[in-house]
Amino acid sequence: MIMTLASLLDVTRRFGEAPALDHVTLDIEPGTLVGLLGPNGAGKSTLLSLVAGLRRPTSGTVTLFGGDPRDHRNRRALGVTPQESALPPTLRVGEVIDYVGAHFDQRMPTAELAAEFGLGDLLRKQTGALSGGQRRRLSVALAFVRRPRLVLLDEPTTGLDVDGRRALWDAVRRQHEAGATLVLTSHHLEEIEALAERVIVLASGRIIADDTLESVVGRVGVSQVRLRSAESDRIASLPGVTHAERNDDGSVTFSARDADELVVALVHAGVPFTDLAIRGATLEEAFLSLTDGPILERAS
Amino acid sequence: MSTVGLTVTHAKYNLIETARIPIALISSLAFPALALLFFVVPQSIVASNALYATQAVVSLSVFAVMSNSLFGFGLTVAENREKPWDPYLRTLPAPGVARVLGQVFSTGALGIAAILPVIVLGALFTAASASLLHVLAGLLALIIGSLPFMFIGLCIGYSMPSKAAIAVVQVVMFALAFIGGLFLPPLLFAPWLDAISRFTPSRQARELVIWAVQGGTLEPWVWIGVLAWTLLTFALALLLFRRDEGVRFR
Repeated sequence: MIMTLASLLDVTRRFGEAPALDHVTLDIEPGTLVGLLGPNGAGKSTLLSLVAGLRRPTSGTVTLFGGDPRDHRNRRALGVTPQESALPPTLRVGEVIDYVGAHFDQRMPTAELAAEFGLGDLLRKQTGALSGGQRRRLSVALAFVRRPRLVLLDEPTTGLDVDGRRALWDAVRRQHEAGATLVLTSHHLEEIEALAERVIVLASGRIIADDTLESVVGRVGVSQVRLRSAESDRIASLPGVTHAERNDDGSVTFSARDADELVVALVHAGVPFTDLAIRGATLEEAFLSLTDGPILERAS
Repeated sequence: MSTVGLTVTHAKYNLIETARIPIALISSLAFPALALLFFVVPQSIVASNALYATQAVVSLSVFAVMSNSLFGFGLTVAENREKPWDPYLRTLPAPGVARVLGQVFSTGALGIAAILPVIVLGALFTAASASLLHVLAGLLALIIGSLPFMFIGLCIGYSMPSKAAIAVVQVVMFALAFIGGLFLPPLLFAPWLDAISRFTPSRQARELVIWAVQGGTLEPWVWIGVLAWTLLTFALALLLFRRDEGVRFR
């Protein structure tokens, strides 16, 4: 049997009356890269704070490496990222790494960790003088001071530009390949798509999907058909079309349960069209349909 | 790493953080010394009398340590609970006692730094005097007598947000300073005020340190009071600390 790194058993956590987590049961197995998705207020941060031992569940049991996460000895192989704004502004980068590193027996040398996350030239700088991206990289680096077995990354790349995000993804992937199990929350669905193997979707404190990335995306069963046509209104009224949206370049994107049927219907109806393109659903669409969010109004 | 090692680590970085904002140090270091210069040194009746001058230096030392404890614990803890760095530190594999003791030692170091100018100025400009042994005994008594202030500070810090803590710390500090006879000697108190004064931890700390420095008899109400306040405030601080999960907003 594989040892579970962390698990929640029928966990409920209330703040006042409203439950932030509502009877959640969940296991994190070693070696996985788990993406935790959900709209704001879905309970993602509460879930992570329970696993990190910051809060107690109102009811149910949270286990970390087989013990209570509120006992510091059970947190020795856990890596956590502080919020980027949390770094003490007067401490230098090297000092922050040493401060956190002092808590672990077998830690990565400061210089090596700094180099891994592109902070090598900044060790003498106070964190208050860093750019947002540099602070973010330092925050994430702190989770890996001690080659952890389980890492919780809460919004690791918020506020990073595209290059910074990709560089950080590469660093995170290297850590994952080196053996770390990761739980990642993100507002960037692209990030979850790029990194996660297993996706857990939370809404209103409940798990509404927990599966491989492919299955969660496949579950929606909505495809996108994009084309140019002078009679797009007629196409929108064809059976099977759930949504139509005009793009900036004049083409129109139709959402349909079955893209093949729609194309057949198009041809039968004799509607003129050009530049036909078909693709499956993205995680973003899957996410929105799962959480009952509005169909995305986006011109891209 | 051992709990002792982690305690030293936390104390060290607490001090570095504080020391990098010098103005925070200056106010707590300078105020008691200035009070001595302005309120004790010019009054020749007090300043030229060895007994009174020594008691005045003791009173202001107690005040320095008390205000340092109340601010150092009350305000710092309240502020830290609002900052996301503190919850992060709580996810590290360190026992809570290492973080709390780290705070105790860093604040304690500042407290000692705050009484040094009072003692030096007192020795130079007033008739206050005590042998080195008595000064050391006084420091020990001061540490014991200031335990309730530390725990009161922790209770304030763990029970309210920082903006409320600033106000409460100041009210508590000045109330305890005046009623405890740290600004005006209890000799000048009306009997009813003196009776109330004996129940305050500030008065008890003052008498304990004066006893350690000047000798004489230690009245039972002094040590019983210090012990009672220490136990009571410790129990309350421990309760609030255990319950704490950071600041919650409703």
